[in-house]
Amino acid sequence: MNRSGAEPPEPTPSTGRPGADRRGAVITVENIAKRFGTVQALGGVTLDFPAGQVTALMGENGAGKSTLLKILTGDHQPTEGRVLLDGEPIAFAAPQDAIRAGIRIIPQEPEIIPHVSVAENVYAGSLPRKRGRVLDRAELRRRVAADLARLGFDKVIDPGALGSELTPAQRQLVEILRALTGDAKIIAFDEPTSSLSEHEVEALFALIGRLRAQGIAVIYVSHRMKEIFRLADRVAVLRDGAVAGVLDAAATNEEEVVRLMVGRDLSSLFVRQDVARDEVVLELHDVTTDDVTGVDLRIRAGEVVALAGLIGAGRSELAGAIAGDLPIRSGSISMNGRRLSLRNPKDAIRAGIGLAPEERKAQALFLQRSIRDNTSLVSLERLRRLRFVRRGQESAVAQEYTDRLRVRTPSIEHETGKLSGGNQQKVVLARWLARTPRLLILDEPTRGIDIGAKAEIYQIIADLARSGVALLVISSELPEVLGLADRVAVMQNGRITGELSRAEATEEAILSLAMADDLSTPALMPGALR
Amino acid sequence: MTDTTVSLAPDRTEGDPALAPAAPGRRFRIAAVGGQNLSLIGALVVVLALFGSLNDNYLSWSNMQVIGEAATLVGLLAVVQTVVIICGALDISVGSQAGLASVVSAMAFTSTGSSAVVGIAASLGVGVLAGVLNGVIIVYGRVNPTIATLAGLAAYKGIAQLVSDGRAQGYVLNDSVFVFLGRGKIAGLPVMIWILAVVALAVHVLLTYTDIGRNLYAIGGNDTAARLAGISINKYLIAAYSLCGVVAAVAGVLLTARTGSGQPVSGSEGLELKAITAAALGGCALKGGKGGIGGTLLAVALLGALENGLTVQGINTFWQNVAQGALLVIAVVIQQRRNKERRIGLPT
Repeated sequence: MNRSGAEPPEPTPSTGRPGADRRGAVITVENIAKRFGTVQALGGVTLDFPAGQVTALMGENGAGKSTLLKILTGDHQPTEGRVLLDGEPIAFAAPQDAIRAGIRIIPQEPEIIPHVSVAENVYAGSLPRKRGRVLDRAELRRRVAADLARLGFDKVIDPGALGSELTPAQRQLVEILRALTGDAKIIAFDEPTSSLSEHEVEALFALIGRLRAQGIAVIYVSHRMKEIFRLADRVAVLRDGAVAGVLDAAATNEEEVVRLMVGRDLSSLFVRQDVARDEVVLELHDVTTDDVTGVDLRIRAGEVVALAGLIGAGRSELAGAIAGDLPIRSGSISMNGRRLSLRNPKDAIRAGIGLAPEERKAQALFLQRSIRDNTSLVSLERLRRLRFVRRGQESAVAQEYTDRLRVRTPSIEHETGKLSGGNQQKVVLARWLARTPRLLILDEPTRGIDIGAKAEIYQIIADLARSGVALLVISSELPEVLGLADRVAVMQNGRITGELSRAEATEEAILSLAMADDLSTPALMPGALR
Repeated sequence: MTDTTVSLAPDRTEGDPALAPAAPGRRFRIAAVGGQNLSLIGALVVVLALFGSLNDNYLSWSNMQVIGEAATLVGLLAVVQTVVIICGALDISVGSQAGLASVVSAMAFTSTGSSAVVGIAASLGVGVLAGVLNGVIIVYGRVNPTIATLAGLAAYKGIAQLVSDGRAQGYVLNDSVFVFLGRGKIAGLPVMIWILAVVALAVHVLLTYTDIGRNLYAIGGNDTAARLAGISINKYLIAAYSLCGVVAAVAGVLLTARTGSGQPVSGSEGLELKAITAAALGGCALKGGKGGIGGTLLAVALLGALENGLTVQGINTFWQNVAQGALLVIAVVIQQRRNKERRIGLPT
């Protein structure tokens, strides 16, 4: 791992008082603050990451984990505070500086160059050369083969395979190999297991164990409690951009971590009700698309069905098919008993289907336009005379839903891009509510928004259910799935592997339906709607 | 849910009010939007004052009309270029389309025994065809707009040269309609300028007051979001390109009326560059989703005044070409700097 021959520091055995002992700290952040426009992502974070220890970085989406990682890797410049490497203050102007300093991050979504080999992917930017600038292919092959053998992955990946042929686990392995080139001191894993099967997870854990033994400071970001308690020496919890606590993993438990993450009892956020009616709104029969296979699903009016599963299980693709964005190859989609033939999203919208997609900024919002323009977009058909938009009515509708959803903004003419994540999500919801859909599909509706806004979104979902809207909620956060859903449908590899009633649904039951246990299964890539 | 109080609190991160800054304020935004136009007006005043002080004749009413008429063709093409750029696309074949339309109008006029109506109709028809073809190639052939219309730039010019044998065609100034279009005046202003005004106003209304306009901005602003909102993007793109074709044909007809005969190349070549420069200077984001007719027209006026001034001062036209290119680059650089994009790799 330490190829340049640097002596790995002794692993610090004392994990007794985490945070107090900075002798072995490879990297320390002091009072780091980061502001994006009006959003304070981090406010005065002080943490250290000791050599030879695994520090789990936990926190809700939007707590500031990613921002902190990006500051460590030089992607973002902190607004305030400083970063110390081996006790020396450092300033990274660009990611290259961080790499030179020995900081590596394994991103959640590996960046793979599709048309070149694994070996070239690993050494991209520092390819071995001979005679001036001629690529030394033999040396490249030798190096990658040696890397793989040393890490015990030589049977898992072929160094000659093209980037485009790799499974999610293999793609991640390429990132890990990249991270280990040069002299790595700190390696951060950002939710590494979200697209891995159990076997692959075990191999990853063994690798992390070896990194720790070699004195590398490991930062491990994950939502999965069980992993944290298996791997971590320390647990650092962020909440709302500040450190909520640093715990010794051996001396804490799940409840304490959750309480620190959420700041209150999670179950209080959810509205328990049972308002599902008999009337079936959506009925899928044997729906097959390029990404999903043989899906049967029914959702009644007022019912909240959660669609759980790993990233890449085909949940967003199923949502895309119902919303008319992805073509179905066979099977049928019916609304209120009437079979639909959806050629495009417009057909679905006219049939009463709304979709709030996964990536609200990339897929839903016009960030430079006003809240009014964003809210009225799918209702313009109803707000025009001839083809002229009736401004007065439009503003009235936008104002009504902005108020009802409590979007915090000075006015509906405000630029949507300047709102916080939670308020932006409310604008997306307002757009659909203004259209009064009968089925609303919410793909990761609370991703990246703070706890207060989350509670409000849950309340909106409950209110919609009470008014008789059928809801399909895609979520990767199990507490959210369990808290919201009347029924949970679990997907794996493009199929629904089981449905659980509210009484049957537990984290374990959902995970066992969601986890692929066959290593050779061609896992689907996490897909944007395309 | 039923709470109807309008929250007047500034936008901020919930749960952390102490850290939220004061509301960014609308004033800044209005200044940013109007700023572009204000600086254009400023630049126009400077150009007029500069050349006016160098040459007494420059600011005369007759020279203003010369500038206006010369700017009409560019203006028409810049107005439709604005629409295409708002969609996030580009049409660099407009000049060639105008040339083709010019030839077709004169040849159809001549071959039908001097029917101006047939000449103009044929020309507009060819414009629509060329525009639809551009749109179809882009949307269904999946060819990048710049490449597709670069091909169109070459091919439409080639067709114009083929049908005309590379020479000016016909003579139209024996026809009252063409004479009216090219030389006529209404209320003291040349008809050509009136035509530009009508087209510009119509496109402005389309962009600003109709749902069609909203959808065009949506497509350029975020095409995924537009698609998921049920907008038929393909239809809109093809329509935008056909609008480009039709208006380019109007410019072609005016070119014929102005010069008296169908011109395959001269008079239209290079107009695309001027049109795109005007749109970029006028505040159209080349990424799409932003821009307007007002800014574009101001930029057309600025470019026209500048070009005329340089000509009046006897500056070599080769230098004017250099100035054109430089202006386009400067306009885009300014635009990109405002985006605060990180300067790594190819621009997005």
